[in-house]
Amino acid sequence: MESEIIKIRDFSAGYGQNFVLKNINLSFEKNKVTAIMGPSGCGKSTLIRCINRMHELNLDAIHKGDILFNGKSVFETNPILLRKKIGMVFQRPNPFPTMSIYDNVIAGYRLNGIKLSKKEFDLIVEDSLKKAFLWEEVKDNLHKKGTFLSGGQQQRLCIARAMAVNPDVLLLDEPTSALDPKATAMIEELIVELKKTVTIILVTHNRTQAARVSDFTVFLYLGELIEYGSTETIFTTPKNPKTEEYLIGKFG
Amino acid sequence: MGEVKLRILKDRIFTFIIYLLTFLSVIPLFAILFSLVKKGLGVINLNFFITLPKPPPDAGGILNALVGTFLLVLIASIVSIPIGIVAGLFLVETRNRFANMLRVLINVLQGLPSIVIGIIAYLWVVKPMGGFSALSGGIALGIMMLPMVVKSTEETIKLIPYTLREASYALGADYFTTIFKVVLPAGISGILNGILLGIARIAGETAPLLFTAFGNPYLNFNPAKPVDSLPLLIFNYAMSPYERWQNAAWGASFVLIAFVLLINIGVKLGGRRWRVKL
Ligand SMILES: Nc1ncnc2c1ncn2[C@@H]1O[C@H](COP(=O)(O)OP(=O)(O)O)[C@@H](O)[C@H]1O
Ligand SMILES: [Mg+2]
Repeated sequence: MESEIIKIRDFSAGYGQNFVLKNINLSFEKNKVTAIMGPSGCGKSTLIRCINRMHELNLDAIHKGDILFNGKSVFETNPILLRKKIGMVFQRPNPFPTMSIYDNVIAGYRLNGIKLSKKEFDLIVEDSLKKAFLWEEVKDNLHKKGTFLSGGQQQRLCIARAMAVNPDVLLLDEPTSALDPKATAMIEELIVELKKTVTIILVTHNRTQAARVSDFTVFLYLGELIEYGSTETIFTTPKNPKTEEYLIGKFG
Repeated sequence: MGEVKLRILKDRIFTFIIYLLTFLSVIPLFAILFSLVKKGLGVINLNFFITLPKPPPDAGGILNALVGTFLLVLIASIVSIPIGIVAGLFLVETRNRFANMLRVLINVLQGLPSIVIGIIAYLWVVKPMGGFSALSGGIALGIMMLPMVVKSTEETIKLIPYTLREASYALGADYFTTIFKVVLPAGISGILNGILLGIARIAGETAPLLFTAFGNPYLNFNPAKPVDSLPLLIFNYAMSPYERWQNAAWGASFVLIAFVLLINIGVKLGGRRWRVKL
């Protein structure tokens, strides 16, 4: 059981009076890619935002049940410390527009007031950009603004920024939905490579993407967990007819 | 076919009228600039900028007013920029009755006649301090500048995408770090524009200075003492019976307008160059 880094227990969450997620029970395996699939609006983003407590930033956010990270409730963990261990990458690339590529990568240190020597930062920048497959493309322009990069490069910069603080888990919320096919392919390759160092939770509504990169697949529908299993099982022999309907494109 | 020709003709006439009216609207500006150049440019040389006024019939330079205006703008900026930025942020971040009330009050403040602000600065600063001073004038101008800083901050920060904040929160940054290190820098060019336009606006104010900064023919750097300013000097010189003083008033007007114009052009050009690409 030690391989389960995150456990979601009888967990519901929503906005105002309205529970969007209903009684979810789910565990994520260490150093694996788990894809969360489901039609738009089924609560995928809400679910992963609960894992790093970003959900609570909504004024009317509600939740009940528990999420354990390394055996400890995230709701009893300081959100700042939690988010250092659980990084996140969003749907639209969002590098900090006032910062250079270099400063974007070490933003996790700078924004939290962590001071390291220039040499240490140089190493972190190089290492993180290499991990994000971006180093070769930007190594001569580290002090240019990150916003001048292409969309795909910006998204890899955001991944480098998340990786720079050495997280245990990386939450990716439809990271390729704003990108062209070539940039998407690159990010998918990257995801497979990254799972050597981190556990990845990937929200996607791209079925083939889930099939290509994930080890496990979760299927959510109207806020309920319909099916969970190895990606191979889900895609070849789904147990629930809803899952099958979704996979063959009947809805969403 | 005849109808089409008529339409084309109509179209041309309307276009002509629009151009004509547009042209008419800028005639006053060009007329003003023309007289300024004609009457003001003649007295302007290096000495005009680096010497002090002389007793009549001589006029001397305007160094006292340049230094005074600089001092006043500096004090006004120190007063209005920090408060204005924080208030502007508050208006974006807070949605309650208090914020709405504040927004209305800022609008009222913006509409307040400058002479009234001068009286207030007189009552609050000049009287307690026991005399006219650059400080009281700077505070009066700062109050005038405040609404412009608040509004430009609010307008700019409102447009910063929420995704940027999320990026910061997701890295573990707290609320204030996110606001001051991520959101505010992303809006810096818009806020700066508001500040510059505010400075351009207050640099030409005369009324609130009449009983605050008061005017001073000598060089003064001390904020607790009266200072001259360009508009005050223009006012005093233009009212004088001496021809050279009147000419100097034109020269000073030219300098003031050139300053205001340069800021406006700078904002236009700089706005493009310094804009943060989001
Ligand atoms: N800030 C919010 N306030 C209220 N309702 C929200 C908010 N964000 C999302 N929702 C609702 O929650 C449901 C799930 O949204 P979301 O988690 O974003 O779905 P997904 O990511 O699967 O598309 C949707 O019905 C959406 O309308
Ligand atoms: Mg979503």
